[in-house]
Amino acid sequence: MTRALLEVSGLKKSYGGIAALRDGRFRLEAGSVHALCGGNGAGKSTFLGIVMGIRQRDGGTIARNGVEVAFDTPSDALAAGISIIEQELNPVPAMTVAENIFLGREPLARFGRVDFRQMNASAQALLDGLHFSIRADTVMMELTVAELQLVEIAKALSYDAEVIFMDEPTSALGEAEADQLFAAIRLLKERGKGVVYVSHRLSEIFGIADSYTVFRDGQFIDSGKIADVTREDLIQMIVGRPLAEEFVKENRTEPTAILSVRNLNAERGVSDVSFDLRKGEILALYGLMGSGRSEIFERLFGLSPDLGGEIRLEGRPITLGSPRQAISHGLAFVTEDRKGSGLVLSADVRANICMASLDEMSSGPVMRSRREAQAAGRMIEMFGIKTASDRLEVSGLSGGNQQKVVLGKWFLTTPRVLLLDEPTRGVDVGAKREIYRIMSDFASAGGAVIMVSSEIDEVLGMADRAIVMREGRIAGEIDRRDLSAEKLVHLAA
Amino acid sequence: MLASHAQKYGILIALIVACIFLTFANEYFLTGRNILNVLRQTSINGILAIGMTFVILTRGIDLSVGSIVALAGVVSASLATTSSAAMVAGGPYPVAIAFGAGLAVGMACGAVSGFVVARFNVPAFVATLGMLSAARGLTLIYAGGKPVPNLTDAYRWIGTADLAGIPMPVVAFAVIFLAATWVLTSTRFGRHVYAAGGNPHAAKVSGINVPRIRLLVYVISGGMAGFAGMMLAARTGSALTQAGIAYELDAIAAVVIGGTSLAGGIGRVTGTVIGALLIGVMNNGLDLMGVESYYQQVIKGGLIVAAVMLDQARHKQA
Repeated sequence: MTRALLEVSGLKKSYGGIAALRDGRFRLEAGSVHALCGGNGAGKSTFLGIVMGIRQRDGGTIARNGVEVAFDTPSDALAAGISIIEQELNPVPAMTVAENIFLGREPLARFGRVDFRQMNASAQALLDGLHFSIRADTVMMELTVAELQLVEIAKALSYDAEVIFMDEPTSALGEAEADQLFAAIRLLKERGKGVVYVSHRLSEIFGIADSYTVFRDGQFIDSGKIADVTREDLIQMIVGRPLAEEFVKENRTEPTAILSVRNLNAERGVSDVSFDLRKGEILALYGLMGSGRSEIFERLFGLSPDLGGEIRLEGRPITLGSPRQAISHGLAFVTEDRKGSGLVLSADVRANICMASLDEMSSGPVMRSRREAQAAGRMIEMFGIKTASDRLEVSGLSGGNQQKVVLGKWFLTTPRVLLLDEPTRGVDVGAKREIYRIMSDFASAGGAVIMVSSEIDEVLGMADRAIVMREGRIAGEIDRRDLSAEKLVHLAA
Repeated sequence: MLASHAQKYGILIALIVACIFLTFANEYFLTGRNILNVLRQTSINGILAIGMTFVILTRGIDLSVGSIVALAGVVSASLATTSSAAMVAGGPYPVAIAFGAGLAVGMACGAVSGFVVARFNVPAFVATLGMLSAARGLTLIYAGGKPVPNLTDAYRWIGTADLAGIPMPVVAFAVIFLAATWVLTSTRFGRHVYAAGGNPHAAKVSGINVPRIRLLVYVISGGMAGFAGMMLAARTGSALTQAGIAYELDAIAAVVIGGTSLAGGIGRVTGTVIGALLIGVMNNGLDLMGVESYYQQVIKGGLIVAAVMLDQARHKQA
């Protein structure tokens, strides 16, 4: 057995008498990528928090290179060579790459002046050494999300980090960018670093990780080599019961078109897009980041200006100039950024569910609170939203339950066409399946779904048809019979 | 649970504690006359703070209310003065016209700020800072730098009369409080305000016309400021060009002390009113105890910061 960079055992933590972590065990070896798996509420975040010195443990041991350690603050952990690349990065956007890397420890010249020349040179050397094609004097806000992550990796290494945690690093990346990240992870591995990879995306775990550890309900479940388990095994460990199938798909496409789009243009160079969406159909829009998938959604939902083209709903031409118009025509849009544009986090479950149906929930200008309560109750039951009361703030719910609140909000508007942008992002395996069931049921009941997804498995599992976008135009269309990962990637690139 | 209640009602508890303390510290505090006095003194700031609550709920701020107090005051007073120097031709007009004009001026100022914020995405701080200066300048231009004295009796009645022993400004404050609470908790517009402040993107995607809501909250705040300006003029019998200077600070203080988040989407009118009362009781109590007004400002400053610190601690815990 090789050297253990980090060894954790019996880690315990409770909040107000409720155990978030009962027995956290973890062993990270040098030169390996270790996947930390578990559903929402499995205890991963608590585990990360303790190892990073953000939270204090109630019990258990953490050993770094065989020596027992305790971290009171994140800087203690950093000093011990443990670094984290968080899901949401927090760079100083108006500063350069070099300034961000050396934030708080700028090299000084005489009279306390910051030595920018040396700082830029060191940063550039660091980036070049990692084969990242980023210039050290670029301002952070000009970088893509993937590049920001690479800068974070460089920053971690500049602290001589040996253990690098990555929390859902691909959640905001397209495939090409994710590949860039994976290349960087392999490089870290070659250099003998240990990478802890936290992700809900199983294909990535099987692509990049050497070993795995599964937590469930705060409990250590199992760990071992990725080569020794199947995808089904891993899902079963994460969910705690065998999943009959990962995907649920019972809908049937009917020949009549609900939504017909002809020669549609949209922002950022999307042009001449034409397609029909049929009743009962789940249509996938596939493409790389920036290929125009999201722009089409924004145009269809009236969030971006009309740049030409024709949209027909059941044969009748319609204009979609505002979300309000789109909603009145029976469209619903589940955005990719749940916290940014899906929910009002400070508001309660009821207010969020009713938010797109306030006209129906009121008589004249006055809200009818009984109607609101009934509607919220109906949606909570329909989607099995786990919340003690509909008056609790949504910020306290898990990612999967939050996503169901967003779905509840839109189903309350009784839509006919669902636009789903990355509907299962940041949602655990169990909740994913429920969302697939909701999609399938909706299509079966005569609705139609357009789905944007970066997860190829999801497209293969759920779509009746895929339209592949490339540089703002339709590059091709693939029917379910012929759908394969190779074809999608080939058309998209 | 107990702890969360203590935080939720922390300001109310602070108000009650302050009242109990003052009751024992000064025998005059808990007399009917003094209580009415406190309420009357609080009413102007309270009305401004209620308007301010709408604005802050949408992540905005309205620095111009103090200047609007003066502008609406002089415009309205010029229609209701018996002094020929300041009178508008054909005046004095009936009090309804004078009041309508003042209210319209206040709402128009709010509409301009709101339009600049909502349409051009100018930060509220900047837009209303501009209005703070412009409205004060317009006041001085309109009134020629002089006060507008000698208001008609009918006009003065609105600021000085009693309704079953309760001063008119207090009655107005109470009515506005109830109306604003109802609007924010029970109407569709109220939901729109909370949604637009809590997460403007989500509100927009949900079909809410966010720019319209942002415009309207400044119109409300401006209208409240106009109304407060006329109350002030009616009470004192003349409209002063330097009326309302720095009133925006007390109004913002009352909102913040009352627990409304400057980040938007969280807050209640009840909290604001309690905040305004706390400031009023504190000023009154310190007066009664013979503390100089200079010291009062320092204490008020500490109170504002302490209230926000409490609020931050609560968020950290959640």
